[in-house]
Amino acid sequence: MAVELDVFVGNTTIMDEEVYQLWLDGYTVNDAVKVRMEGGVLDECEASADVLLSDTMDQYRTFQMCERLLHSPAKLANQCSNDFPLLCLSLFRYYAFDDAFVREVLGKKLSKGTKKDLDDISAKTGVTLKSCRRQFDNFKRVFKVVEELKGPLVENIRQHFLLSDKLARDYAAIVFFTNNRFETGKRKLQYLTFQDFAFCAGQLINNWTVGAVDNMVEDMDVDLDKEFLQELKELKILITDKDLLDQHKSLVCTALRGKTKAFNEMEANFKNLSRGLVNIAAKLTNTKDVRDFFIDLVEKFIEPCRSDRWTAADMKLYLTHYTNSAHILDTFKHQVVWDRYMGVIKSCIFKMYHD
Amino acid sequence: MPGKLKAKIVAGRHLPVMDRASDLTDAFVEVKFGNTTFKTDVCHKSLNPQWNSEWFKFEVDDEDLQDEPLQITVLDHDTYSANDAIGKVYIDIDPLLCTEAASVISGWFPIYDTIHGIRGEINVLVKVELFNDLNRFRQSSCGVKFFCTTSIPRCYRAAMVHGFVEELVVNEDPEYQWIDRIRTPRASNEARQRLISLMSGELQRKIGLKVLEMGGNAVVGYLQCFDLEGESGLVVRAIGTACTLDKVSSGSAPNTNTHVHPNTAPASNACNSPSKDGKESPLAHGCRSTHNSPVHSVCSSQRLSQNFSVSVPTLIFTGMGSGGSAGKEAGPLKTLLRQHTQTALEQRGASSSGLLLNAREFPFFTLTSFPPGFLVHVGGVVSARSVKLLDRIHNPALGNTRSYKLLDWNSVTADEPETRDAWWEEIRQEIKSHAKALGCHAVVGYSESTSICEEVCILSASGTAAILNPRYMREGCLDIGSTDHRFEDPSPPSCGFCHIPYDELNMPFPAQLTYCYHCRRQKVPDVLFTTIDLPSEAAVTGKGCLIQARLCRLKKKAQGEVNATAISNLLPFMEYELHTQLMNKLKLRNMNALFGLHIQISVGENMLLGLASATGVYLTALPAPGGIQIAGKTPGDLSNEHHILTIQKRINDTIAKNKELYQINPPELTEEGLGSPIPEPRQRSRLFRSHSESSDELSELDLSHGKKDAFVLEIDDTDAVEDIHSLLTDAPPPTGFYSCNTEIMPGIYNWTSGIQMFTSVRVFRLSNANLTNQGLNKIFTDLCENLLKSFYFKLRSMIPCCLCHLNFTVAVPEEELIQVAVTAVAMTFDKDQAQEKPAEKPINKGSSENEEQLQFPLELCADVSSANTQPSSKVSGVPESTNVSSRVSSLERCSPLPEGRSRSLRSSRSFGGSSVTVVKMTPLSFLPGIRIIKYLGIINMFFIRETTSLREEGGVSGFLHSFIAEVFAMVRAHVAALGGNAVVSYSMKECVLMENPNKNQAQCLINVSGDAVICVRETDQEPTASMTNIGQTCCSANDGAT
Repeated sequence: MAVELDVFVGNTTIMDEEVYQLWLDGYTVNDAVKVRMEGGVLDECEASADVLLSDTMDQYRTFQMCERLLHSPAKLANQCSNDFPLLCLSLFRYYAFDDAFVREVLGKKLSKGTKKDLDDISAKTGVTLKSCRRQFDNFKRVFKVVEELKGPLVENIRQHFLLSDKLARDYAAIVFFTNNRFETGKRKLQYLTFQDFAFCAGQLINNWTVGAVDNMVEDMDVDLDKEFLQELKELKILITDKDLLDQHKSLVCTALRGKTKAFNEMEANFKNLSRGLVNIAAKLTNTKDVRDFFIDLVEKFIEPCRSDRWTAADMKLYLTHYTNSAHILDTFKHQVVWDRYMGVIKSCIFKMYHD
Repeated sequence: MPGKLKAKIVAGRHLPVMDRASDLTDAFVEVKFGNTTFKTDVCHKSLNPQWNSEWFKFEVDDEDLQDEPLQITVLDHDTYSANDAIGKVYIDIDPLLCTEAASVISGWFPIYDTIHGIRGEINVLVKVELFNDLNRFRQSSCGVKFFCTTSIPRCYRAAMVHGFVEELVVNEDPEYQWIDRIRTPRASNEARQRLISLMSGELQRKIGLKVLEMGGNAVVGYLQCFDLEGESGLVVRAIGTACTLDKVSSGSAPNTNTHVHPNTAPASNACNSPSKDGKESPLAHGCRSTHNSPVHSVCSSQRLSQNFSVSVPTLIFTGMGSGGSAGKEAGPLKTLLRQHTQTALEQRGASSSGLLLNAREFPFFTLTSFPPGFLVHVGGVVSARSVKLLDRIHNPALGNTRSYKLLDWNSVTADEPETRDAWWEEIRQEIKSHAKALGCHAVVGYSESTSICEEVCILSASGTAAILNPRYMREGCLDIGSTDHRFEDPSPPSCGFCHIPYDELNMPFPAQLTYCYHCRRQKVPDVLFTTIDLPSEAAVTGKGCLIQARLCRLKKKAQGEVNATAISNLLPFMEYELHTQLMNKLKLRNMNALFGLHIQISVGENMLLGLASATGVYLTALPAPGGIQIAGKTPGDLSNEHHILTIQKRINDTIAKNKELYQINPPELTEEGLGSPIPEPRQRSRLFRSHSESSDELSELDLSHGKKDAFVLEIDDTDAVEDIHSLLTDAPPPTGFYSCNTEIMPGIYNWTSGIQMFTSVRVFRLSNANLTNQGLNKIFTDLCENLLKSFYFKLRSMIPCCLCHLNFTVAVPEEELIQVAVTAVAMTFDKDQAQEKPAEKPINKGSSENEEQLQFPLELCADVSSANTQPSSKVSGVPESTNVSSRVSSLERCSPLPEGRSRSLRSSRSFGGSSVTVVKMTPLSFLPGIRIIKYLGIINMFFIRETTSLREEGGVSGFLHSFIAEVFAMVRAHVAALGGNAVVSYSMKECVLMENPNKNQAQCLINVSGDAVICVRETDQEPTASMTNIGQTCCSANDGAT
């Protein structure tokens, strides 16, 4: 004796948010039933375990059916469906992700290889495998769709997936990282959160990509501006020209003197730090070095500063003067490139300079 | 050339990828009507093609316009191989043929494929230009409006009710033709869909012709059904009630009851009812009984029968009633059996055309609720069943390799409809004679159904025998004659329908009659069963509830006549037990009437399933039901005695609990608490009169007193114990829930706007091969109970809410499967005010009108003394009444709430425009808080879905779930294309699921229907809305007063 078939279809879909979350979190039907029973839902409505199982199965099936729509949400608006408001709500939760999970895959190729590693990631982060898969597939889906589109990245994501502004920005960051394959997994970068990276991605997208100068090209927000990267090489003069380097240092030191406790360390390390930053700029034409952008920032700049116990305010002060002083150097002709470069570096380092 | 059909294909969107290489599609469209086909250009490489075609024009007969659907096929162009079909859209253009309905069909239609489901959408524009045709011999019936709604549609007024119309058409089922062996499943499904669409069109046209012939302009309560008879063919049949409807322009006639919102109906009917006999005000409908009469609970006023033995049911109820025992008495059953052996099965059916009668000769009405004053008396349920063998002899075409001609089915099976007609004819005759026996000249709430298993077919018809007011009828429609005298003695509207229509001295069956507890003037039965909705003017105590009787009976597998005989032998036993169960459950809930009774008996290879659903209520006019008394047959046994005592206690407890649950406080209980300010002499004289009148009644009572104090159940064997257990297993709905199978819940009047329509299907596999009847019964009962529990659980967020129009359909699709399909709507209501019935007539009206009205309460109060049904309506005598009304008006003035609320409603109104995407659906004829302003036409759709990848689609559940969701989406799309924003009277007539998990295959057929409407939110200008508000304020005012 068994229930062979059991369906319940409403003219508008009834969605239990709790069950939806359990489904998103990758619980099996039986586990979800257990969780719900412990939650006491039975007591409030005088129902039996059978009823709960039937309801859970039904909800899971509904979600699975909706999943198709959620994959191409742009169609949602047109479908003759009574569930549009509901689907929009569920969409948001469907495309939400765990920071812990995204931190693991950020910058990795969204390939089958990575997908195979998902069980390791699941074990490491405590996010269920099913949920990992969903999140991974979401990244991949968004990536594939916006890859071929013209126009601003965030806007494209928002329109095609009907996501909130915040979520769309996060997805843009993920797409950007994935596209440029930034290395984020090294131990030295472990202390950085997804939100740190997302902020940096936003900076890079807004200032360093093709889209920053021309907003009608394909991939405008995904690829870095090649010409710009080429021009960055010119900045090398700041460290190769001995006079210029000394001049820059003295200008900065004059400005900083007496304003910070770490002045001595700043003065001592100036040349090293400046070399570090300018070298990062000069090497960005190599894809390999683009990938190591963040690790380089940490190794060449953030770590030395941290070992000298700079405060965040010290850092701000130093970088401001470091950037501005270059303008006074009369033999330094690359002011525009310098500003475009340092503007992003400054804000990225500010964001990344924490424990 | 009386019509020109024009269609334009605008665009498509979200088409499926048909070319894997490019991930795109080269789509074009074929538009076909009749035998003419047009094509659009191919729109290359696009999933969102813009065709923007020219207008395709079809010049056709209006007959074809009615029969044929517009068929739109979307295809993928392929240069080298055959073009691939993407899917189809069938558009029924009937709504365009009616001047009052839709003028254009325009919208996005889901493109449907029977294998893949919905695949994208297509935007289509359709128009019709009709030329007037003055040919009297025309075959078309354009302009006749069809309504699924089983009451006079809101925004119409019934000028005349003409009567019963029926028709059926027969064809071979394409699925069973030889060609089906060589064509693809898709082709076969499409042939079937198209054929049924054609047959429905033809059927509707033919019915329309009959209506025109009768002088009507509309069919109300149109009920169309399919009989998939397998090899012997496909029958599409329909019944309905022909009417002449006048459109009521909204707002102009605020006092017309036909468009009054039902939740205010009890109040407004009372004031608007043109009752010339309005001596009685509903205010005083609580009658005081002058004698403390013992409760008599005996016979129900029903008749039912198999077609082979008319006397059977009478015997049954004799056994049940006067014997005072529901035990299995041997006497009547023996008689039954004898009669069966004598009865020859009429398998061949009487095909003589002599039986063909004019439709007028059947005074049947498919309506279930009526304008006030229409229904005079109700006799009881009449039903008839007959078992037939689907015989191939009548269809000599089968077996021959004759080619299939789609359009020529009339000639193919020329003699077939007559056979089927004759079968139904017999049944209708029988129903008619039953109604006559009950002293009634009409049958209302009439419906017909079939259950088919292999070659056996059970035809069933049921309805409620009634006497109608001839004022609404065309002359000659009803055979009044002898019953005429009753109209001279009109009864008050709130209890009149309960009064017996038959002659007291010459009763068709033994029944306990008492004087009406309301008016004290006429006799009422102790229990009343009906198939109609509760009349809005009826006085009810407390709330109603869903009552179901469920029954399984095993049967040996057999073939042909042996099988048919076995089934027909089982039927009376099943009916008997279902009625016993119903009666017991009714008593257990302390109620005395059933409305919306629907008994379905479904036949399978090795079992019969019976499911009776109804809504139980306590009618104030009827006597209070007695309890249930348990009696053992072996008094000596002590343990047994003890057992009986415990059961008796449980039953008594349950009854007490139910009384509380359904708020049944019969007048007797509240009697003492009421002071009566009525002038003494008057009261006395009236009381005296009523005494003298009821003297004969009293003597009658004395005779029966003592032995029929309560309904007696005898426990003489295990069966009876089981029965009692099953009686007690029905769990009441959880707190905050009510359920009923009628349109609205008796006792709830203030619906809020939250509605949720749903369809649920469950199939249960019996694994145990040697099941007993008891075991089966338990499984079946649990199945139904669990379904209800699931609904309550799922809809818990809507509390307080009521599941209305719970429509259960049972089937035995395969040997060990039981299928239950339910469609219902959950509606929220305002809990705070749900306790009270809206105050009644005099209060609702302005105080100026009160003067006139109040004479009646005075007189009545004297008549009836001070006992009132409802604590809320404890308004007796002038002073208090005026008091209340003044309080009401002040309340109204100082409370800005109702007005403010309706204003906010109006501002947020997003209805009415074509931009609305949300299409509401409900099985009811109305939407709470929403006013229907236009009926756009009938929606009648038939879909087949098949899959060969069942597992991949999530098993049968996943398959059916998505199919039902797709059906909803298609219904909504079609309604939206007609310019509508809601479907009322929606129902799923058929849901046939066949599965073969081993082959990974499944097929499902669904037939749905309803009325497409445009509706707007009620505004404060709407008279009914304001009336509701006043009614509700009244309640609270009354509460304050008491």
